[in-house]
Amino acid sequence: MDKIVKDNRAPVSQKPLTMPKPDKDAIGATVGIEINGNPYKVLIGTTILEACRQNNIHVPSLCYHEDLCLAGVCRVCVVEVEGMGTLQAACTFPIINKIKVRTTSEKVRKARRHVLDLMLSEHYGECYSCHRNGNCELQKLAKEYGVDSYKFGHVEKRRYQIDRSSYSVVRDMDKCILCKRCVRTCIDLQEVGVLEAKNRGNNTKITTFMDKPLADVICINCGQCINRCPTAALKANDPSDEIWNVIDDPSKHVVIQTAPSPRAAIGEEFGLPPGTSMTYQMNTALKMIGFDKVFDTDFTADLTIMEEGTELLMRLKKKLVDGDKNVMLPQLTSCSPGWIKYIEHFYPDYLDYLSTCKSPQQMFGSVIKTFYAKEHEIDPSNIVTVAVMPCSAKKFECNRPEMDSSGFKDVDYGLTTRELAQMIREAGLYLPDLPPGNFDDPFGDASGAGLIFGATGGVMEAALRTAYELVTGRPVPFENLDIIPCRGFDGVKQASVKLEKVKPEWSFLEGVDLNFMIAHGTANAKKVMESLVRGELSNIHFIEVMACPGGCLGGGGQPIPTSPEIRKKRAEAIYQEDAGLPVRKSHENPHITYIYEKFLTDGPCGHLSHKLLHTQYVKRGKFIG
Amino acid sequence: MIDIKQNAMTEEIEMLVGKFGSTRDALMPIIQNIQINHGMISDFAQQEVARMLDVHPVEVYGVVTFYSFLSETPKGRYIVRLCRTISCDMAGKEAVARAVERELGIRFGETTADNKFSLEYINCMGMCDQGPSMLVNDLVFTKLTPHTVVDILSKFK
Repeated sequence: MDKIVKDNRAPVSQKPLTMPKPDKDAIGATVGIEINGNPYKVLIGTTILEACRQNNIHVPSLCYHEDLCLAGVCRVCVVEVEGMGTLQAACTFPIINKIKVRTTSEKVRKARRHVLDLMLSEHYGECYSCHRNGNCELQKLAKEYGVDSYKFGHVEKRRYQIDRSSYSVVRDMDKCILCKRCVRTCIDLQEVGVLEAKNRGNNTKITTFMDKPLADVICINCGQCINRCPTAALKANDPSDEIWNVIDDPSKHVVIQTAPSPRAAIGEEFGLPPGTSMTYQMNTALKMIGFDKVFDTDFTADLTIMEEGTELLMRLKKKLVDGDKNVMLPQLTSCSPGWIKYIEHFYPDYLDYLSTCKSPQQMFGSVIKTFYAKEHEIDPSNIVTVAVMPCSAKKFECNRPEMDSSGFKDVDYGLTTRELAQMIREAGLYLPDLPPGNFDDPFGDASGAGLIFGATGGVMEAALRTAYELVTGRPVPFENLDIIPCRGFDGVKQASVKLEKVKPEWSFLEGVDLNFMIAHGTANAKKVMESLVRGELSNIHFIEVMACPGGCLGGGGQPIPTSPEIRKKRAEAIYQEDAGLPVRKSHENPHITYIYEKFLTDGPCGHLSHKLLHTQYVKRGKFIG
Repeated sequence: MIDIKQNAMTEEIEMLVGKFGSTRDALMPIIQNIQINHGMISDFAQQEVARMLDVHPVEVYGVVTFYSFLSETPKGRYIVRLCRTISCDMAGKEAVARAVERELGIRFGETTADNKFSLEYINCMGMCDQGPSMLVNDLVFTKLTPHTVVDILSKFK
């Protein structure tokens, strides 16, 4: 560190450095470093930021995110490394030798404050009317570094128009601080590639292709960028004002359905640790807000399993027995609207592989406005259906023009977990203190199979529980019905179940290995689709794809922040709730039997269910006109 | 008509991809060639390049907007670029700038109605000892005065 080449006229910052070598020059070797005068041992290749966080030393960060690749663009995490002429970004500095780091010196403090002042000079801060008020990383840093004046000025007037073209994502570039988290999310994490930086220097702006509105480009509405934005530059399209209006209108019958993932996460909005299940408190809150009926989307998740499972078995029969060439296998799931838009844009020639089933949200809408309206003698034109979803793409999905099979708009509003939490706060309620309440009949009690739709692999697990039993008459051969190969957060999972001693009507499946795959995040979906395009998946029968990392529980409408750790906790909450439910298989849900007896009398994939519960897709393609 | 033009553009890009390869690092030479041949890189061309190199169109757009000598919009036949960096500025760039604006009848960042001239500022091109300096397409002109610059531009008219 001290051996700086002497006879060189270059300034210190440009002089070559000779650093002492680590003890052992191999992967897995440790190196002794010094942070603020204290010795620590870390693995070679650990960044300074990671080393500090491991040892409970606080270093602020902004552009760094656990899910994303490193960028080192915001410079908030600068630290002093002895021997280096300039301050170094802790998030991108890999430790390979015995360095001495200072995180608290005067130079560091002043530099960080300057960086912040520069960011604030570009940020249109109107904190009271900002939806990230209280949950903004820039605001938090400004407090941490005691910003009491704007050294380099402040944006007083809007410079850009807010892009509200998309049903799902609203972009407000006045609040952007160019951390590029959204760019890395879109290009690296999701591999969709909608956002990128345009121009350079102080003209840099995050934008879409040719500066087009978000609705005109190939955005899949997954909302992962919203979850990673440190400020309010990206947010979901909030329908809560309209929802308040219909709640306050006595002539409207407002029905809400709640998806499985929001209940495992909404507690985080109220300061509870991740993975606290709030199902029943949420029911009470929704009733107190003024919704007329609170239903469980898990019911239509069960319905989806019946329809999708039957569709799979029918496809298998057509393919294996009849040798029908028009039937495509593997069957791809269609529950995730982000994934649907992804495949419509990127693989428009492979839409026949998709299951024709609507997502649970849309099934619910059409069942409510037909079956429920008839049974309870309510005019469907006065019914307003709201869906609480962990997802921003659901907002787009409910606005798709073909989603009107009930004769009305099937689902009127999609609400994210964050927006529901905001409505609960606005109603003057504190969720954790509320007494537990139940769902309303008839779509209240659902099975655990519907519940686990929230986690990646859940649809597959639920489908297997039903399909295996349908074919063999016995429950799946896994302890406690927990199909462990479906669980966990590996990008692409593959497993198989052998069908043995099948019922006579399914004799063509005797001895068949049912092969299935699970992918989450569109980057992984892309890998699967590429192998499908190359024809490598001919032995696979069923593939579950979720557009968001971790499945719905990591969705774009879930509380901010998100990280692998948080997603794991949420999944645990969901699986725990499933294990405690009395009914854990979709076909055993009494309401499912009831609806097939009373309403969808021609059975799963019958005529009526085709009209109400199935849909078709649009070949969108990649070209941006 | 549009189809024929687009097919020609696709063929041209296919040829360039054949020459420079279809990896990410071939992006720069390919779009430079398109810029030279067409004076711009249209949104169609950007998407075709993106498709053939398997990158996202928005990444190509990011690169095109990053460099001043690449353009996604049509420019005039002659692009006049006046240096605005400090040495040229101190040598009297401002007077030259006004003279050019008057002569062409446009402001900086604009193109004449006959699509003949585009006027832009650029940063240092290393002619600091001979400022103020200017580029017209590939040609460098130095030691400009409000008089000489009018003479130079009239040669291109």
